[in-house]
Amino acid sequence: MKQVGTFASVLGALLLVSRSYADELNMRVGVTDISRQVYDLHMVIFWICVVIGAIVFGVMFWSIVNHRRSAGHEAAQFHESTRLEIAWTVVPTLILIIMAIPATQVLIAMYDTGGEDMNVEVRGYQWKWEYKYLDDNFNQTFSFFSALTTPQDEIQNRAAKGEFYLLEVDNRLRIPANRKVRFLVTSEDVIHAWWVPDFGIKRDAVPGMLNELWTIVPEPGIYRGQCTELCGKDHGFMPIVVEVMEEEAFDAWYDEQVKLAAIRREAISQVLTTDELMHEGEQVYSRFCMSCHQVNGQGIPPAFPSLVDTAVTTGARDDHIRLILDGVAGSAMQAFGKQLDARQVAAVVQYERHAWGNNAGDVTQPADVVNLMAGQYRDL
Amino acid sequence: MSEVIHTDHHAADYSVDQHAGGQHGPEKGLARWLFTTNHKDIGTMYLWFSFLMFLIGGVMALIVRSELFQPGLQFLKPEFFNQMTTNHGLIMVFGAIMPAFVGLANWLVPMQVGAPDMALPRMNNLSFWILPFAFGIMIWTLFSDGGGPNFGWTFYAPLSTTYAPDSVTYFIFAVHMMGASSIMGSINIIATILNMRAPGMTLMKMPMFIWTWLITAYLLLAVMPVLAGAVTMMLFDIHFDTSFFNAAGGGDPVMFQHIFWFFGHPEVYIMILPAFGIVSHIIPAFARKQLFGYDSMVYAVASIAFLSFIVWAHHMFTVGMPLAGQLFFMYSTMLIAVPTGVKVFNWISTMWKGSMTFETPMLFAIAFVVLFTMGGFSGLMLAITPADYQYHDTYFVVAHFHYVLVPGALFSIIAGVYFWFPKWTGKMYSESLGKIHFWLSFIGVNVTFFPQHFSGLAGMPRRVPDYALQFADFNMVSSIGAFIFGFSQLFFLFVILHGIKSGKPAVARPWEGARGLEWTLPSPAPYHSFTHPPVVTDAEVHG
Ligand code: HEC
Ligand code: HEM
Ligand SMILES: [Cu+2]
Ligand SMILES: [Cu+2]
Repeated sequence: MKQVGTFASVLGALLLVSRSYADELNMRVGVTDISRQVYDLHMVIFWICVVIGAIVFGVMFWSIVNHRRSAGHEAAQFHESTRLEIAWTVVPTLILIIMAIPATQVLIAMYDTGGEDMNVEVRGYQWKWEYKYLDDNFNQTFSFFSALTTPQDEIQNRAAKGEFYLLEVDNRLRIPANRKVRFLVTSEDVIHAWWVPDFGIKRDAVPGMLNELWTIVPEPGIYRGQCTELCGKDHGFMPIVVEVMEEEAFDAWYDEQVKLAAIRREAISQVLTTDELMHEGEQVYSRFCMSCHQVNGQGIPPAFPSLVDTAVTTGARDDHIRLILDGVAGSAMQAFGKQLDARQVAAVVQYERHAWGNNAGDVTQPADVVNLMAGQYRDL
Repeated sequence: MSEVIHTDHHAADYSVDQHAGGQHGPEKGLARWLFTTNHKDIGTMYLWFSFLMFLIGGVMALIVRSELFQPGLQFLKPEFFNQMTTNHGLIMVFGAIMPAFVGLANWLVPMQVGAPDMALPRMNNLSFWILPFAFGIMIWTLFSDGGGPNFGWTFYAPLSTTYAPDSVTYFIFAVHMMGASSIMGSINIIATILNMRAPGMTLMKMPMFIWTWLITAYLLLAVMPVLAGAVTMMLFDIHFDTSFFNAAGGGDPVMFQHIFWFFGHPEVYIMILPAFGIVSHIIPAFARKQLFGYDSMVYAVASIAFLSFIVWAHHMFTVGMPLAGQLFFMYSTMLIAVPTGVKVFNWISTMWKGSMTFETPMLFAIAFVVLFTMGGFSGLMLAITPADYQYHDTYFVVAHFHYVLVPGALFSIIAGVYFWFPKWTGKMYSESLGKIHFWLSFIGVNVTFFPQHFSGLAGMPRRVPDYALQFADFNMVSSIGAFIFGFSQLFFLFVILHGIKSGKPAVARPWEGARGLEWTLPSPAPYHSFTHPPVVTDAEVHG
């Protein structure tokens, strides 16, 4: 009786463990029609493989057990059979055809682009994502960057890790539920890949190429994914977080963002105090520059140079601005003119020239940057 | 017609030998190894070199697995982590597996076709001695300013061009050297097999290892120049302002991937076809029964080789191809399962109604059949394009290719080493030590790589130094397995050294069921394998 009890509790424990692992053991079913189709397809192929494997390995192990010399088995002499060879060529081919049919159907369904309700451009950068919302004429209405927010202390094991360790960002991509959203995926530097497992979609972000991807998500919620193409140092640290909103809530948010973009455009024409510049500059620096040039400005030479007391950060100011706008061709130093607006550039230049002991003693205002941009850079 | 050529050739060889005073032995000291043109010496050097590379690549894998033992960054900076995965992959593929197969070919091709040596012995020396320099350069760049290769073993542009560390130029040079070595090696193998077979050994009587290597050598000849082309274009993009792969200059980063995988997919078959050959010798030997379906085995290898040229873009399902392209590459990839299945069925039919014993080579060969087939199943799943979108660049892929490479390619090499060890050294290894090695490896490999299927399906990307918390358990298991596996390969070294030093003397045919001309030679085999062409009988080759 006691043994039965022990047995039952062990079994129960095992069941519990396997239940709690169920999510981690298999592909995610996801929340879209496509992701469910993909999951079903995955399970079909999986079970076909399991059955074939069970038969093939079953025969093999039966033979291993029974056709041993130690079991007294004498070797037979046969060594060919055309009929068998034909059979095990034809039968697998038929099984493959059976697998190919649903695979083809799902693939065709995935390629059903067009008829979308809205377009978002997804642009990969080393090591963050930019989301640009496009209007019906494919003009940009507003855009923002989305980068990892997990603190270094958690990554370096100095603080306890949060629930969404490495899967949390400052600005989530927001899309409406139940509408067909088309993503135009591309990259500014190296190849990245944009993947949201729960939507069942993944596409490479290739510089110079615009890849199409679409989804319709019925369930509002927060969905997380990661970059899945090696893109350099912080490839493991550029997650994707999508917030799917109720349609009305999304529309309200969208209108507000369009208004805010107009306000920001205004702000560029303002004159700021040096304190404001330094404060904003530090923020811009930590979001856009710190991954390479480091918090103390010392960089990681020789890959990423120090900014402390260099010819650029203490020399002619306009050259400094131009370097940040244009980047350095053929290096990891990107053309930030395409990512930052004039106010942000002005602030970060001010910051770099007056932080870590640098003291150029000048002031850089958004207008100074606008003059150098001459309209050829980021249209906000 | 070919008979005439054979006899001429051997007559010529024979007279050279007589000038040198008949059966002369090797030179003494370092000169023997530096200047040797003997296929056995060169084969030995290839094998030891590949073992050294295997240990170095293995240490890199263990560094990676230590970092991945727990979430968070423990020991490594991400930039160094990337260098470790990249160099691990490059060294294992180009430094461990490929040279090991060339080493086996050097030892076995002359003995199995009944020739005195390889056809082009001086080139043979050169193709080996290039390798230490190539890998020396590549490993040395790890210590240079800015570090060594960090762009993955697939070195996709523009990460490997515009955004690469300065040392990439040395990497390109090293790849050129490896390519030159492989091309010379394969020319030599082709020349030996086509010209130096003993009279009477027609093509359809050749041992399976010879067949698989002949086809592999042609694959190498076809694709190594493609790889050389790819790295040369990189070199031009980096130093001469061309824009082959630079989108800003009108180039196309995706073209790099097409070129790379046109090389890369045949490359993975280069690492598995000789393994098929080895296993096709070992299973019949220990089942004491002829290989089942010899002809279809040959045709299957040939079809796999052909198909391997038209499936490359299955590595690129997510780059954004038109639907028709996706479908083509999905179907062609699925098709490879057919000839691969034929091979597995034939091996099992060979075992069927045999009289089996389970010495170490046989254990490794059986593990090969089972675990390679599992890698084949996950390969089939990866071929299904819509599902591949979910698997691609996750740990599911890492699990897949390690199942085909480690218990696949690597186990076949280990099996081959145990199988032919008596012939090479004249000694028997210790069977009980060999079995311990097998079980440790078998457990290690599964504990390491099986859980990676799960972490991949759950969504863990590959090539990341840190991961979200839900992947923690499987990564821990995987790291423990990796250390078991790593340790068991040091044990392998011990088994081999123990066998060389204190093994019992081996007879000419230590495995009663083994067939093949090599077993007609004494153990250890004489310095020049067959100075007189042997008589080819149906008892020794496929009849
Ligand atoms: C992806 C890595 C990376 C990021 C992010 C990055 N930089 Fe750089 N930066 C570099 C590299 C590499 C160089 C050296 C380029 C060269 O000269 O080859 C550089 C050079 C510079 C220089 C010139 C240094 C000197 O004195 O020669 C300045 C100034 C600079 N960066 C500012 C910035 C600012 C401001 C940001 C953020 C808006 C930023 N960088 C973000 C990689 C980066
Ligand atoms: C001790 C056994 C081994 C262990 C523990 C091991 C472990 C690993 C790990 C952790 C990675 C990195 C995965 C990632 O982050 O994407 C990797 C990649 C790789 N391994 Fe192994 N490996 C082993 C043996 C081998 C062998 C024998 C080969 C044979 C050819 C091999 C070939 C590769 C390749 C090609 C890569 C891809 C590298 C890249 O991403 O560029 N490995 N391995
Ligand atoms: Cu990435
Ligand atoms: Cu392939």
